[in-house]
Amino acid sequence: MSLKRACAIAGVAESRLGVVPDSTVLTLQAEALVAALADAGLEKSDVDGLLVSGAWGRLPGLQIAEYLGIQPSYADSTMVGGASFEFHLGHAAAAIQAGLCKVAVILYGSTQRSRADKYIFQIRNDLGYQYEAPYGLPTPVGSYAMAASRHFAQYGTTSEQLADLAVSTREWAALNPKAYRREPLTREDVLNSGPIATPLNKLDCCLFTDGGGAVVVVSPEIAKTLDKAPVWLLGQGESVSHAQISEMPDLTVTPAAKSGARAFEMAGVTHTDLDLVQIYDSFTITVLLTLESLGFCSPGAGGEFISNGRTGPSGEFPLNTNGGGLSYCHPGQYGIFLIIEAVRQLRGECDARQVADATLALISGTGGVLSSNSTCILGVE
Amino acid sequence: MSDDTLPDPDSEPYWDGAAAGELRYRHCASCETVIFYPRSLCTHCGAPNPDWAVSKGQGTVYAVSVVHRAPPAFKGQSPYAVLLVDLDEGFRMMSRIIDVEPDSVSIGDRVRVIFQDGPDGRPTPYFTPA
Repeated sequence: MSLKRACAIAGVAESRLGVVPDSTVLTLQAEALVAALADAGLEKSDVDGLLVSGAWGRLPGLQIAEYLGIQPSYADSTMVGGASFEFHLGHAAAAIQAGLCKVAVILYGSTQRSRADKYIFQIRNDLGYQYEAPYGLPTPVGSYAMAASRHFAQYGTTSEQLADLAVSTREWAALNPKAYRREPLTREDVLNSGPIATPLNKLDCCLFTDGGGAVVVVSPEIAKTLDKAPVWLLGQGESVSHAQISEMPDLTVTPAAKSGARAFEMAGVTHTDLDLVQIYDSFTITVLLTLESLGFCSPGAGGEFISNGRTGPSGEFPLNTNGGGLSYCHPGQYGIFLIIEAVRQLRGECDARQVADATLALISGTGGVLSSNSTCILGVE
Repeated sequence: MSDDTLPDPDSEPYWDGAAAGELRYRHCASCETVIFYPRSLCTHCGAPNPDWAVSKGQGTVYAVSVVHRAPPAFKGQSPYAVLLVDLDEGFRMMSRIIDVEPDSVSIGDRVRVIFQDGPDGRPTPYFTPA
């Protein structure tokens, strides 16, 4: 069964982003929810589905529902890292298609920057992790560095090519008033930013910010009654591969290979039909590997694909047009912001960074250490 | 780093092996799958309770990263090279190379296991050039 046009996205919003000390994970999510419902033209009382993710509470799915005063008839707390929200979008579509709910809200918030002592992930060294923990690989950056080392050795990819992606992403951020880092960046700045875990340098890594987001997903019947043009889910696929990097079968191929193929097949579109792409950029290497796994270029060609400004505002391949996790915001789990930006682009709401005549977008979320992926294709026609 | 939940029922023979100078893994008698880290079932066919086996401890570096920003528990040790090693028996594990400059390690290098006390004092497998 297909999820094509099973639901539409009717409203999106961020909370305040960046450094937000006068907030909690609950207030940020409430802020985003109120703004996204207003964007959709719906009321809180319309919400009957709630999809949340996070590691900030004992039972986040219960705590946020209680705080907001929502008693959902469909609840999903799928937690597969930063990609959780793309999984949620597919799950919301399935639930709506099955008649389990009509207005589902996907929510996220984090105060990891301002209140890190309270709400950060607890690193565990037990169970499967006991076989990695003795060796001191910093998580998650060290695992992504391992994948980069493998890609460099296997295909001759270079730090310069990864740096170019960070530069192009910053150029998009310069066009986004909400982006956290907007000052110009050069390839040399990235290369000289200092090694974290070779071959990744500091500016190959995403930001560490506060922030929240909300996405309102509705049935086709409701979508047609709202003022703003609906953004349709045309295809979705999801895949889970492993939890730890030592268990990843091939460090150069991510679970996007499986989930992307399913999303394309469901949507009935091909790569060249797409107007823009939002790919989870926890690290520069994440984008390169995901692009290859999704089939935008052949295995090993990712370095060339992302270099020399190809993905920037003047390039031929508009990618991460909000400035991404690298320069716009990254509050722990970034995936919800991929959806928000794609919807705004497809509605033509992006002002200086607007991609002309955008009608079809792909978003691809990656979680854990290249562990999980959900890819969605969205369109306005 | 110290974790008083370890070893657990899955890992006790593994850590006992390390204390005896053996790198142990599991092997499925039904489908011949090599299983690492040790689990209570075959990750391929699902058969319960795979056999224990002892690796010769020889392998090839599959991936390597030199850590410059160490996690808090490892502060003061950087830079050090963390590896993924493909053992000749057909399993992959994380470890660290010791007794050489961290930057001198390359993917494809041959390495062999040695045992030293890990951060929690337990004998732990590390690697050195073969």
